[in-house]
Amino acid sequence: MLAPEKLWWKPMGRHEKTWLTVAFVWCVFLTVMMPLWYFMGKQNVPTETYRTTPTEFNETMLAFVEQHKVGEESVNGVTLPVVEAPPGSDVYLRASTWQWYPILQFQKGETYRLHISSMDLQHGFSLQPVNINLQILPGYDYVATIVPTTTGEFTIVCNEFCSLGHHTMIGKIIVK
Amino acid sequence: MTALAPTNPWMAGAKDDYRVCGVTTLKVDMHAERLIIANAVMAVVCLVLGGIAALLIALTRWQAVHLLDATWFYRLLTLHGIDMLVAWIVFFEMAGLHFGSTALLNARHAAPKLAWTGFILMAVGGLMANFVVLFDPASTVTFTAYVPLKAHPLFYLSYILFAVGALITTITFFINIVVAKREKRYEGSLPLAVFGLMTAAILAVYTLLQGAIAIVPAFLWSLDVFPVYDPGIYRNFFWGFGHPAQQVNLAAMVSIWYMLAQMTVGIRPVNEKFSRLAFILYLFFINLGSAHHLLVDPGLSFAWKAVNTSYAMYLAVLGSMMHAFSIPAAMEIALRAKGYTKGLFGWLRNGPWNEPGFSGLVVSMILFGWIGGVTGVTIGTEQINMLAHNTMRLPGHFHATVVGGTTTAFMAFTYYVIPLIFRKELKLKKWAVWQPYVYGVGSALVSLGMITSGLQGVSRRNWDITFAGVVPGTVDLTLAIFGIGALIAVTGGIMYVTVVLVSILTGPRVEASNMLLVAGTNNPLLESTKLTDHQMEDKQNQPKGTLVMVFAFLVWFAVYYLTNWWLLGRTWFIR
Repeated sequence: MLAPEKLWWKPMGRHEKTWLTVAFVWCVFLTVMMPLWYFMGKQNVPTETYRTTPTEFNETMLAFVEQHKVGEESVNGVTLPVVEAPPGSDVYLRASTWQWYPILQFQKGETYRLHISSMDLQHGFSLQPVNINLQILPGYDYVATIVPTTTGEFTIVCNEFCSLGHHTMIGKIIVK
Repeated sequence: MTALAPTNPWMAGAKDDYRVCGVTTLKVDMHAERLIIANAVMAVVCLVLGGIAALLIALTRWQAVHLLDATWFYRLLTLHGIDMLVAWIVFFEMAGLHFGSTALLNARHAAPKLAWTGFILMAVGGLMANFVVLFDPASTVTFTAYVPLKAHPLFYLSYILFAVGALITTITFFINIVVAKREKRYEGSLPLAVFGLMTAAILAVYTLLQGAIAIVPAFLWSLDVFPVYDPGIYRNFFWGFGHPAQQVNLAAMVSIWYMLAQMTVGIRPVNEKFSRLAFILYLFFINLGSAHHLLVDPGLSFAWKAVNTSYAMYLAVLGSMMHAFSIPAAMEIALRAKGYTKGLFGWLRNGPWNEPGFSGLVVSMILFGWIGGVTGVTIGTEQINMLAHNTMRLPGHFHATVVGGTTTAFMAFTYYVIPLIFRKELKLKKWAVWQPYVYGVGSALVSLGMITSGLQGVSRRNWDITFAGVVPGTVDLTLAIFGIGALIAVTGGIMYVTVVLVSILTGPRVEASNMLLVAGTNNPLLESTKLTDHQMEDKQNQPKGTLVMVFAFLVWFAVYYLTNWWLLGRTWFIR
């Protein structure tokens, strides 16, 4: 709180130097971890993105559902198509207030290109209990290349506030 | 008592209106005093509004209670964010800027009219935001108001008014410093605390400008002047404002840490260069942290996110780790110099634990660093963010930093502002002694409850997570911890507001003569000037205990960080 002495630019003491060095090494480690994982790790944030419009994405998604529909199931009292496309193909998921459409079905250990986009507001793709979370924006076709490693029924929760019915926005993914 | 005031007289002039503080021997300009009081009062008003909202939304998320309906929950959530994260903290910081640029420099307020204009704009903006959110159903958009969620135009206008007001006030801070220097009110370099506030003020300027870049187009868009506003671009601009705003808090809080340490323990900074370099690191690197909010957004490359989220190699984190050493080290040396040299932690045991400025400082540093800092850096890692984005780990992190850290420190500092600036006797001293502990325990439980819920996938900003039907049973337990923590924290908040109100409204007018409120009649601030180089370098007085503490911190940091990579490695493959 008080003005320092005139000359305060003094060499650091032994303790400061020790801590500064250790802390800096830690910071370098933190930095290196990200590119290291980028090249070696199996879980990385998707970056593949395309410009789209809600109408265009919706048409692609509906065509995809028509082609690969295998059944119907109900989520939150609403009947939705269950869709299973062959491994390696493009699959589409539409986010809108307040629904994830359709129900996707995957095979464990296979790769899928999952396209997600929003029709209206910002939404949050939160796959539980796998706990993968992605931000979904209107106008952006976000492509995640995924390999399910566990089987069962998984819930998609919307985790970005999208006005009052936000908490009712629940979807489903099935892995066999 | 040695006089700290420089010997050159206060410039003779009719406009000068000041008093000499009996405790610090510094001059306090009456314009500055009134501005500090006005800003501090508005801060507490906003804290009360935000606190009521906090209680109600916490009692809703605590699943066993589930108090409010969805509409009121989201509405009060919006209000809570605005009143706490923006209004309370920024009003308090503006009081701090007025204080730092006048009283601490022995200087006058050079632009009081401008400062009042800023204050009025902020007050109008802050209150308007409250009214719009409460009375316009469409304006329940939460604090972030993500486009294309459209609020009432007045909602955006209230943000703009508040930001312009804050910008004007910040400008008066710079004017004051230049004028003080020119009038030779202080000699040599700025005191460290003012240097830290200067960092905060510089950060505030570009934060507020970026706020304008984000919000002005949103305002025009809400008036249908612009037909579309790209949501990705909005997010980028908004967080250019939203994240640095928290860094303003950080720099202001660290300055207050240095002040509290000097006021209650009588520290002399171990090495001015070391501490100032740490502030400079904030200045250059901390704004890159805006990317933390965009880590799982579409359209951004890995390289862009990695460089930004790491603050170009975690250099801002380095700054915080430097302060985390230098403040406790200075406290350790000062206490050891008083004769508490036994063992590694004898000095700490003998600290003035009943002095709210000291306990508040310790609580604030522990919660900010050990919970807030560690979780923040971890979830701000590009890939790990996939596990955490928009889960309750996020609010868990920033409730440790902004509530347990910043708010606790600001509250503790208020107790000294009351006798020194309001010139009222502090009443309910017993309450003030306990308040930092109660508030600290409450905020710690709030954070831990949120973080552990988030680890289980519970989403933030969600009225009823049981809709999802997937959350494991332990979520009820962690949400209950959060709820109970919120009750304790609100109790601490009520204690604070009560102490402040009772002191201001019923306390007798006093000219303060004591720095310490409870722990004694000595004046650590003046004692700090008597710490000699010899005492600072004495073998007995070296900060060995602090070194042990910071290494323990690093171990905890590493354990938490690496555990999260392990968790990430267990989830689905994704690219």
